[in-house]
Amino acid sequence: MNWLSKLTPPGVSRMFDKRDTPENLWMKCPVSGEMVFHKDLEAALHVTPAGHHVRINPETRLRYTFDATWEEIALPEVAKDPLKFRDDKPYSSRLAAARKKTGREDAMVISVGRIQGIETTVLVQDFSFMGGSLGMAAGESFLKAAETAVERRTPLVVFTAAGGARMQEGCLSLMQMPRTTIGVEMMREAKLPYIVVLTDPTTGGVTASYAMLGDVHLAEPGALIGFAGQRVIEQTIREKLPEGFQRAEYLLEKGMVDRVVHRRDLPKVLGNVLRTLMKRPAASANVPAPAA
Amino acid sequence: MSNPTRTYLDFERPIAELDAKIEELQSVSERNGEDAPDVADEVAKLRQKSATQLKNLYAKLDPWQKTMVARHPERPHLKDFLAGLITDFEELSGDRRFSEDHAIVGGLGRFRGRAVVVMGHEKGHDTQTRLKHNFGMARPEGYRKAARLMDLADKFGLPVLTFVDTAGAYPGVGAEERGQSEAIARSTERCLTLGTPIISVITGEGGSGGAVALASANTVMMLEHSIYSVISPEGCASILWRDGAKARDAAIAMKITAQDLIGLKIIDKIIPEPVGGAHRDRDATIKAVGDAMEENLSSLEGLDPATLRRKRRERFLAIGRSLMEPAA
Repeated sequence: MNWLSKLTPPGVSRMFDKRDTPENLWMKCPVSGEMVFHKDLEAALHVTPAGHHVRINPETRLRYTFDATWEEIALPEVAKDPLKFRDDKPYSSRLAAARKKTGREDAMVISVGRIQGIETTVLVQDFSFMGGSLGMAAGESFLKAAETAVERRTPLVVFTAAGGARMQEGCLSLMQMPRTTIGVEMMREAKLPYIVVLTDPTTGGVTASYAMLGDVHLAEPGALIGFAGQRVIEQTIREKLPEGFQRAEYLLEKGMVDRVVHRRDLPKVLGNVLRTLMKRPAASANVPAPAA
Repeated sequence: MSNPTRTYLDFERPIAELDAKIEELQSVSERNGEDAPDVADEVAKLRQKSATQLKNLYAKLDPWQKTMVARHPERPHLKDFLAGLITDFEELSGDRRFSEDHAIVGGLGRFRGRAVVVMGHEKGHDTQTRLKHNFGMARPEGYRKAARLMDLADKFGLPVLTFVDTAGAYPGVGAEERGQSEAIARSTERCLTLGTPIISVITGEGGSGGAVALASANTVMMLEHSIYSVISPEGCASILWRDGAKARDAAIAMKITAQDLIGLKIIDKIIPEPVGGAHRDRDATIKAVGDAMEENLSSLEGLDPATLRRKRRERFLAIGRSLMEPAA
């Protein structure tokens, strides 16, 4: 709450808060401030004309990624709230609310489908489910995705999005850092590609484990990617952070990601990378003829 | 030998008052020499009382009090463990990429006759050394040095001993710029792929990813009053309770104590501390840590690299799964 909302009577602030656009048909682009109509946004893969990549749900992500349909794999079951954690609210009720909101069990979706013809296991992290946080369910899902990829001899592509570890699971969430790393090792031993696509935002324990261990790191433009939160860093160093700090383009410049790729081009880039690493025929028709 | 404590924690005030009284009586008695009233009885009684209170107090520390003990400035630090347990220590420095990071100290040495690679976080013990070691908060170079030393251990078939004591990895612009996340992830990965035994002891604070990077080991032990946590109680409180002052609540809720974590099967063993905490008898603490490490190392020696890796992997995969209620 800012000082203005503290001063204004609730009725008045509600009047201002309420969008005069019914059902949020318009979205304000955080880059340009331009109002974008939802139909236009959908047609542009949820990228605003100014290039801002809007966060998307896992279904949309999979639709944008796979050639056609895909198979979804059930999330593994995990122990239920072993800490009996509660802050203002019990963790169990926060979890129930997130499940109701998203219609999913936890912050991961495991799927298998084709990307530019290559059968691929794809794991999508859902930021709208408790900030995509890495707890036991997400950790087990990562392992399940790696196991699926190894069994079916497919590459694994992971779209990361998370604030970090799920604090409500205490040290059990922290243990998902080494546990997911074991999943990465399974891919390595099977000599199958493990590709990370970093999306907005990817921070904390997720970045400091599987998100930074890919064979190839792609990132969506403008995505926030880092270890420590910006507020924590500012409090530690007591100065303003540099422009563009922890954004995808900054990580590219610092050598931490291979490419920053527009959402529109992701399937093509992923397809090319996977085809090459899997030694499949090239997509390009103009293959130079071998020298006679 | 026990060390007289110079720093009392808030919850130790009754002990501090008793100890002050004892000291006062003794100094009066010394000053007055022959003519002094005989205080021996009184001192003995007070000593007894102080000892009993200390024992009772430390038998039921809450998670927040344990956090204070785990952070106690006089708690044995890496340099004390190295001095007490490692002979012929040769420090090795630098990540060969960018720089040296004193927050993690490591090298070669002998542990009770065995050639080992040893490393850990060093917080420092006074202003100058705390600054030098950055309060035990490593930058990417620290984790890259750790991974480099593990490479060395793998190549020469040496077991790795790690001592974990950090509030967490350093949150700074330079650290982010040089890939803090990647460095932590690689160090964790290096622990997991190591073909020799790796044994970790959390001696004070096991702070988040910065701790995991050195603690993804075959055996993970904790000193009795140490903590191991995904985020500091203060950090958790400020995020979930929106009030950093609720750190005690957060410490309780997150289950960060050795006693909680053995119940959750996250750690393998609790190493008991002397009455009143490790800082009251550093030598005894160091010896207990050494004994526990030796015992575990003996049980892992002779295993081939593949078995060691498999056991380590199984250890971590079992975490959480072992808490599932058996299917009906």
